[in-house]
Amino acid sequence: MAHAYTPGLKVLHETKINKERRLPLKGTVTVEQGTDITPDDIVAKTDLPGNVQMVNVANQLNIDADDVKEAMIVTEGTAVNKNEMIAETKGLFGLFKSNVIAPVDGTIEVISETTGQVVIREAPIPVEVDAYMSGTIKEVIPEEGVIIESEGVFIQGIFGIGGESRGSLEVVTDSREDEITEEMLSSELEGKIVVGGSFISLKAYKKAIQLKVAGIVVGGFNYFDLEDILGYTLGVAITGSEDLITSLIVTEGYGKIRMGSQTFDLLKEHHGKFASVNGATQIRAGVIRPEIVVPLSEDQLKGDHKDANASEGIQAGSLVRVIRAPYFGRMGKVKDLPSELRKMESETMVRVAIIEIDGENVEIPRANLEMVETD
Amino acid sequence: MELRSILATDCGSTTTKAILIEKIDGEFRLSVRGEAPTTVEAPFEDVTKGVLNAVMEVEELAGRKLLEGDNIITPRSGDEGVDIYISTSSAGGGLQMMVAGVVKGMTGESAERAALGAGSIVMDVLASNDGRKPHEKITRIRQLRPDMILLSGGIDGGTTKHVVELAEILAAANPKPRLGTNYKLPVIYAGNKNASDKIEETLGKITDLDLTENIRPVLERENLKPSRDKIHDLFMEHVMQQAPGYKKLMEWTDAPIMPTPGAVGALIEMVAQKENISVVGVDIGGATTDIFSVFQKQFNRTVSANLGMSYSICNVLAESGLSNVLRWVPFDIDEKELTNRIGNKMIRPTTVPQSLEELVIEQAIAREALRLSFIQHKAFAVNLKGVQKERTISDAFEQTDSGESLVDMMELDLLVGSGGVLSHAPRREQSARMLIDAFLPEGITQLAVDSIFMMPQLGVMANIEKEALAQDARTAAIEVFEKDCLIRLGTCIAPVGLSKPGATLLHAELTLSNGESQTHEIKFGDIVRIEVPYEKVNAKLTPGKGMDIGAGKNEPIETAIFGGVVGIVLDGRGRPLEISSDPNQRIADLKKWSEAVNEYPSLDGLG
Repeated sequence: MAHAYTPGLKVLHETKINKERRLPLKGTVTVEQGTDITPDDIVAKTDLPGNVQMVNVANQLNIDADDVKEAMIVTEGTAVNKNEMIAETKGLFGLFKSNVIAPVDGTIEVISETTGQVVIREAPIPVEVDAYMSGTIKEVIPEEGVIIESEGVFIQGIFGIGGESRGSLEVVTDSREDEITEEMLSSELEGKIVVGGSFISLKAYKKAIQLKVAGIVVGGFNYFDLEDILGYTLGVAITGSEDLITSLIVTEGYGKIRMGSQTFDLLKEHHGKFASVNGATQIRAGVIRPEIVVPLSEDQLKGDHKDANASEGIQAGSLVRVIRAPYFGRMGKVKDLPSELRKMESETMVRVAIIEIDGENVEIPRANLEMVETD
Repeated sequence: MELRSILATDCGSTTTKAILIEKIDGEFRLSVRGEAPTTVEAPFEDVTKGVLNAVMEVEELAGRKLLEGDNIITPRSGDEGVDIYISTSSAGGGLQMMVAGVVKGMTGESAERAALGAGSIVMDVLASNDGRKPHEKITRIRQLRPDMILLSGGIDGGTTKHVVELAEILAAANPKPRLGTNYKLPVIYAGNKNASDKIEETLGKITDLDLTENIRPVLERENLKPSRDKIHDLFMEHVMQQAPGYKKLMEWTDAPIMPTPGAVGALIEMVAQKENISVVGVDIGGATTDIFSVFQKQFNRTVSANLGMSYSICNVLAESGLSNVLRWVPFDIDEKELTNRIGNKMIRPTTVPQSLEELVIEQAIAREALRLSFIQHKAFAVNLKGVQKERTISDAFEQTDSGESLVDMMELDLLVGSGGVLSHAPRREQSARMLIDAFLPEGITQLAVDSIFMMPQLGVMANIEKEALAQDARTAAIEVFEKDCLIRLGTCIAPVGLSKPGATLLHAELTLSNGESQTHEIKFGDIVRIEVPYEKVNAKLTPGKGMDIGAGKNEPIETAIFGGVVGIVLDGRGRPLEISSDPNQRIADLKKWSEAVNEYPSLDGLG
């Protein structure tokens, strides 16, 4: 049977989810294998080396670099406090002395006789990594982090901004076609993950930020409104480090596009449950898509798993979404995957799939299809 | 050994391409090609799997045995295997470097030129005078995690203080390499030789330090080759060793693996030298656009890291501005809808334009990506700054300083395009128009595209160092480049000068190879396309009043030019090209130019 690989977004009602939580540098893992954890638990911590300040002692004392060592009143490895004197000239008969003070608290790391510079390293910066989602510690990576395993709902969006966030799911629209409007947002939604249908306007999103909503999950958002939120034009889709109270996860794309029915129905089914979301997106080699994770307890699981990492190609019968004009946003079923190249209106010769959309068969380039992986 | 067959692969970040070159009837030709997805990332994590898959396709198409199990058969024995196997690579994000020099515009720029010439992406240029405080530089070095650092600074015998200061900053940052944690970051020192001991003292323990010749031994001269070679060596020794499967791949190849853009640059340099011409080559990808040029025998390469057609398409829009993209769109379109569409291409980068409207928009953006990349290239490809030149009286009046761009569009002989949007445009006329509109060639310029992007493999072939093979491999590279690599689009003739509507800009008398003669004229604001295949055409070109086509104002030219799949394009739109700000006039002009070269099927009804 004809078969084609098409990257797809996952919409899974029950799956095993593994999350790697890793430190940026080696440090200490604070939990053990097999421990049950909640999202706020700290799983690993470390100290990042402190910032460095360079003080040009030779210039400040108006002496040659070779004479710096002699003028220093502290040695390499000494801890110094801010405003503490670190070097001094002898002066003339003990008069007209000049000196250099430490600009920060830290440790003298290097005294250079070539350049006359002194390097002061500030105190280490502590870093902690939390669990992000509830689950069990499946594996400990010594000195680096852990892998947490959980079972539950796993949904990927197409694009997001803002990093990790969590709260209980609140579906605020009646259908997947409806927009999230300003009126739907109230102070009761503080700290929650708000789910809507096709669109959220800039005004409504700003209101959500003001209300300290933890996250928004919606079908579409306007590309040109991003600038207002981010403070710059988003040139490449690499996000996640923005300092936003309300993470935004767009499931379909830019513009007003109704949320996929599988996604909307699944989120609605879990209305009120606690979810972890991450808006971080990276569309480059090693693609990262934003995600919504709803860990489920044993009594909530039905036991029909699907591996979150398993990926099948499209084949006849697959459910797909068209991801480019002229049928952008429409869902359909693959009827056939002819092997020969076909000519499009643009005269581009491509491999196509025949898709049934609302009872009509249309030819779409395979590259313009996205698998909807449901379970 | 007589060289008769060469197998070459290029491992890109998504696709691995293999080509087989064979000596057929006394000349080297591309015989077959194959491709397969690159297998650097999970779940495979072994680049050789993709290589073997691509070679397997070549094997099937060539109908002869090239593989023995999981090994490429070299040297050839009878009808099995190939004489040599070579490869380039840009997988895993290519080679990412940081360079440092004392003065940003002098040693900093020389270091950048060396790194770019070697095929790397330059993430940042640190300099003593770049305006950043030491702690800001340190933070930056830590954040970037380059694959390698090139440190330069100072002329030989000059002051050592500044370059040692830079070394101290590097030491304080204690940078870690991007790939792997089990090796030290490679650092190349190519500065004032008198500072070598101090540099060794400062960086020797915490980095993998390599010393090479000064990149700028005297102010008047750059010495880039030792640094470029050292970068290639370290790329092989350190960076490639960390990438999955490369150790094995390196054992297979008969010449060192080159970074893809480094190989393309090497080829373009060789072609320019052999033909004694000025060349511009461009490769527009999904994330970046590379431009290579040779003017006045000087090679330059730039990478515009965030100007590309998919991953960074929104950045093209951000940098050029919506109005600059729209000036190439021959229909009305809602601006907000257009930005959402472009945004959707960024988040779904692998889609292709199905409708004509989508294609036209994509090609409009390509023109801007190319134009902006070329602006960056022109600003970088300059004479050495800081050099005292003897000046004549006329120079003094012109007020030109050292550091002026080497790029002279009137001098340009050959413009070569590659990359999806240029190579795979449904009509070659579209590629020709994109190249002309973005680069605005002046006078007489030949246009071509590298349709299957074979330049990287040919670049490695041209650089094989094994003595017994070097000469043959170079010949093979040039023969294949001329016969199979380039698709000759034709020649653009663009008169330069001020004119007004209705004025005649050029009168052309052409004598084709079959003896047929034709005469053509272009008026200001028009494009004329003459369909002539790739053959020599004798041309007598007479510019209109006040116009220049390369020999000076009003000076006629008699020369041989070449046709191609598009033919000869007389561009009478003037330089600089101005597009009407009145939407109706703009749309009418764009449609007229489009029809003149048969660029698109009917544009009526779009928008």
